[in-house]
Amino acid sequence: MEVFVTAVITMAVIGIILGAIIGIAAKLFKVEVDPRIDLVSELLPGVNCGGCGKAGCADFAKSIIEGENPPSKCPVASQEQISSIAKALGIEVGDAVKQVAVVFCGGDHNQEKVQTLYNGVSDCVSASLIAGGPKGCSYGCLGMGSCARACPFNAIEMLNGLAVVHPHLCVGCGACIDTCPRKIIELAPQTAKVHIYCNSPEKGAAKMKVCAVPCIACRKCVKAGEENQFIIDGFNISVNYEAEKLVDTAIFENVKCPTSCLLSETEHLKIEKASKSEVV
Amino acid sequence: MNEEIKQEAAPKAEMQLPKGNELVLSSSPHIHANEDVQKVMLKVMIALMPAVFAGMLFFGNAAILVILYCIAFSVAAEMIWCKFAGKPLNTVKDLSAVLTGLLLAMNLSAGVPWWLCLIGAFLAIWLGKQVFGGLGHNPFNPALVARVALLIALPKYMTSWVPTRFMDIDGITCATPLGVVSTTEKVLQNAQGVFANVANPEAYQEYFLGNMGGCLGETSAVALLLGGVILIFFKLIKWQVPVFYVATVAAFTAIINYFFPGVTPPALFHILTGGLLLGAIFMATDMVTSPMTKKGAVLFGIGCGLITCIIRIWGNYPEGVSFAILFMNSLVPLIDRFATKKPFGFHAREDKEGAKA
Amino acid sequence: MSSSKGLTFKGGIHPTSDGKALSSSAAIQDAPLLEEYQVIIHQNIGAPPKVLVAKGDEVKKGQVIAEAGGFVSVALHSPTSGKILKIDNIPGPMGVPVQAVFISADGEDQWGELMPPMDWKNAEPQAIKDRIRDAGVVGMGGAAFPTHVKLSPPPEKKLDCLILNGAECEPYLTADHRLMVEYPEKVLEGAAILGKAIAVTDIYIGVEVNKMDAIDTLLAKADAYGIKIVGLQVKYPQGAEKHLISAIIKREVPTGGLPMDVACVVQNVGSAAAVADAVTEGKPLIERITTITGLPVKNPSNWRLKLGTPIVEAIKFAGGIVCEPAKIILGGPMMGFAQKSLQVTVTKNTSGVLLMKKEEITQYQSTACIRCGRCLDACPMNLQPGSLSAAIESEKFDLAAKNNLMDCVECGSCAYVCPSNRPLVQHFRRAKAEIRNRSKK
Repeated sequence: MEVFVTAVITMAVIGIILGAIIGIAAKLFKVEVDPRIDLVSELLPGVNCGGCGKAGCADFAKSIIEGENPPSKCPVASQEQISSIAKALGIEVGDAVKQVAVVFCGGDHNQEKVQTLYNGVSDCVSASLIAGGPKGCSYGCLGMGSCARACPFNAIEMLNGLAVVHPHLCVGCGACIDTCPRKIIELAPQTAKVHIYCNSPEKGAAKMKVCAVPCIACRKCVKAGEENQFIIDGFNISVNYEAEKLVDTAIFENVKCPTSCLLSETEHLKIEKASKSEVV
Repeated sequence: MNEEIKQEAAPKAEMQLPKGNELVLSSSPHIHANEDVQKVMLKVMIALMPAVFAGMLFFGNAAILVILYCIAFSVAAEMIWCKFAGKPLNTVKDLSAVLTGLLLAMNLSAGVPWWLCLIGAFLAIWLGKQVFGGLGHNPFNPALVARVALLIALPKYMTSWVPTRFMDIDGITCATPLGVVSTTEKVLQNAQGVFANVANPEAYQEYFLGNMGGCLGETSAVALLLGGVILIFFKLIKWQVPVFYVATVAAFTAIINYFFPGVTPPALFHILTGGLLLGAIFMATDMVTSPMTKKGAVLFGIGCGLITCIIRIWGNYPEGVSFAILFMNSLVPLIDRFATKKPFGFHAREDKEGAKA
Repeated sequence: MSSSKGLTFKGGIHPTSDGKALSSSAAIQDAPLLEEYQVIIHQNIGAPPKVLVAKGDEVKKGQVIAEAGGFVSVALHSPTSGKILKIDNIPGPMGVPVQAVFISADGEDQWGELMPPMDWKNAEPQAIKDRIRDAGVVGMGGAAFPTHVKLSPPPEKKLDCLILNGAECEPYLTADHRLMVEYPEKVLEGAAILGKAIAVTDIYIGVEVNKMDAIDTLLAKADAYGIKIVGLQVKYPQGAEKHLISAIIKREVPTGGLPMDVACVVQNVGSAAAVADAVTEGKPLIERITTITGLPVKNPSNWRLKLGTPIVEAIKFAGGIVCEPAKIILGGPMMGFAQKSLQVTVTKNTSGVLLMKKEEITQYQSTACIRCGRCLDACPMNLQPGSLSAAIESEKFDLAAKNNLMDCVECGSCAYVCPSNRPLVQHFRRAKAEIRNRSKK
């Protein structure tokens, strides 16, 4: 009994002393923090993806309060979340355009004409260092999934050797862009629904040798579309995402891309999903 | 003969060179030493054979049964885990499970029942290896994990030793020399007289051949040493581990015995008895759980030696090899971190910078 | 020669079958003239040369088609006489498309105006160096580093020693071996010229002792030039620059340093022969000796190939194939590059074209490291490949860099001995690329 009482008393005394020390330290070494940072951090999604260019959500909250960034710079937050932040702080929402990542390549295993038997590390940088990767095209997706592993939102799926972005999951944080050794992932406005899934600057004939779905710069789409909707760059055509009127799915009524590399997002996803199920 | 070859070769000379599609792409180097894990494991098992035969010789059929049980149950444990974890059965093919089973058997008394082998095998494979991610990821020697777990959980079975076939003892159990020493130490203040009974030249001869109580693989020093020579010859272990392990034990016990002859028997007794040689040659040198550098191997050997001596002389258990190795296993990441190699040209750069400064 | 086993360094490996017997007794042959050559423009390390010709131009054999594009750059010459068809992309040896000059041969193979032969014994060192640059000579062992740059150290670095690398430690390759056996004077004279260019009289030629015929041939003639022939132990990578220096003159090149830090220059024997051609005859570097070998090749042999020869043609010179090759490698099996196109053409550093059967090739696996430590013993740079690979696989590139990853020479000794068949070299290449990218940012 005596032992028990001594133990309880000792523990209690130690607890009181330590508590007092902590209390004093908290008063003495208090750091003044703007309470609004906590408030804004609460309202942000809190995934710390870094898509805004800041080190994390708390850092971004600080930059909003300091006026460095508008709340809409957060690619993840919904419209309501952003407006509630703006309301809480009494500032403008800002006008950043929502963006999503696009992998500019359609060369899955069915479409690539040259496929060597790659035996090595399943990582895109590693693969690109060995004879430029297993596929014949030196500009296309390597298909090792480095971007898919880097995506904090699981928005990139590897379908039959091709990285495909699920636009409804992508928040446009851009984490995938740097992981791609081929630099074929870019951000495009969320409103753009039609893309040209090819980025190879090679001549059309050279592309056709290695791939079934390259852009051969036939310009059918350019002629069918309105002015300024496409950019012709050498032997490759891309959609002009800065055009006043973005090209939309209506274009397919006028033109059918002979190599099927001009596709709508949904069509692209559908094709790749189908090609995967074929393989399985 | 030559003509035949030519006839075959002639039409094939028109063979088309392959298109890129059939070619294999991989990083250099494109050739390999033709050595794989399976061969490594097989060589270790060959090195174990002298000790296995010694065990069979001294303990008879019981030893053979224990060995077979342990190997069979280990392989079964591995297969069951791989099946349910959805892993390929590589680790069964590469013989690592067989080796673990064999090592476990070497660490058991020849008189243990079959179900103890079963528990031991599952403890070794599952608790010792697979929960950490399988071969290559286990921090502790799987066979030793099983042995220590069994020793603590079922001490009655793990510390009753069967006599060898050549012992002049009536009865079904006997004591190990270390056990004798351990009990007398606790009873007598000065046990020098008792030590003389177990630590004398005739006894040493018996110990060297293996005619004493103990685990079925640990008794015969000569067989274990032969295995050690094979291992070092095939470069399967770093010689630094067993040499520094045994040397540390020898030095430490020799010093204690010289100043306090009543506390512990002479060094030779410590080297020949118990699981020291089995531990130093086969258990501590397990590649996965020992340091990678030679420097680290020296540290590891010395650490194992010191802990073994401390447990043997002052500890509650008569034997400390398993605990010592497991404890040092846990320090391997730390050793690996500090006992690193200096790259080629490192000293040259230091000299140069030193000259400038 | 100090001993029959030869001098050597610490670490390294002994490949079990070196495959040299396939082609080591095949005399060097001149390749027949092809109809078209595709000369890759950027064949050297450093700045790409500037192209001087355009589509439709007539060129003579040995005419400059591109001039040095900077100090670390060399000129490029036409391998034959003919007409420039076009300048277009072709598959490069690294798998990435590269620009090449397409030359249609006129069948005459006529030399243009050669540079005048030099009296090198009385020439200025700078004049020799300029000649070497103008003749387009680069390191022909593999790196293709411009030779004249190695000969021009900054003024504060004094040189006292020149080593010629005739180790040819790569399995299968016999090009340097045959060169030393058949053209010893060229190699020795080239060595003497290189020595003159850097004002050094202490000249060694290191040769592995599995090439005793080469050693004997060189020894018989070396005294006239005052050159020492050194036998080296048969071990890979004996021909690595730093390890050659360590074996022959027992000096250790500091980490991150160059041979010139220990007052030494290392050149390949092939480069020395090219230097001899350039200086004494005024001929630029337009062809090189290449070993075409491997079990699937009908007649493994050594050929003098013009730059721009597609390897598919080169294999046909050697009689074509007798069985299906599963892998085609430019260079040797330890450090060479696997190819996915047979349209790749011969460049100044193509020391070999190696074909391998399916049964011969290493299948890399991602099974776990069993920490056996063999890679540590094999690493000639004294690194810890196993630990480095573990760090890289968990993407800890900083840790790998701290553990001296950047000292790795990618010789492949670690992956060769690994019982788990792990792709160690590929991990290191990737990590080096990632670390370089990061430091750029």
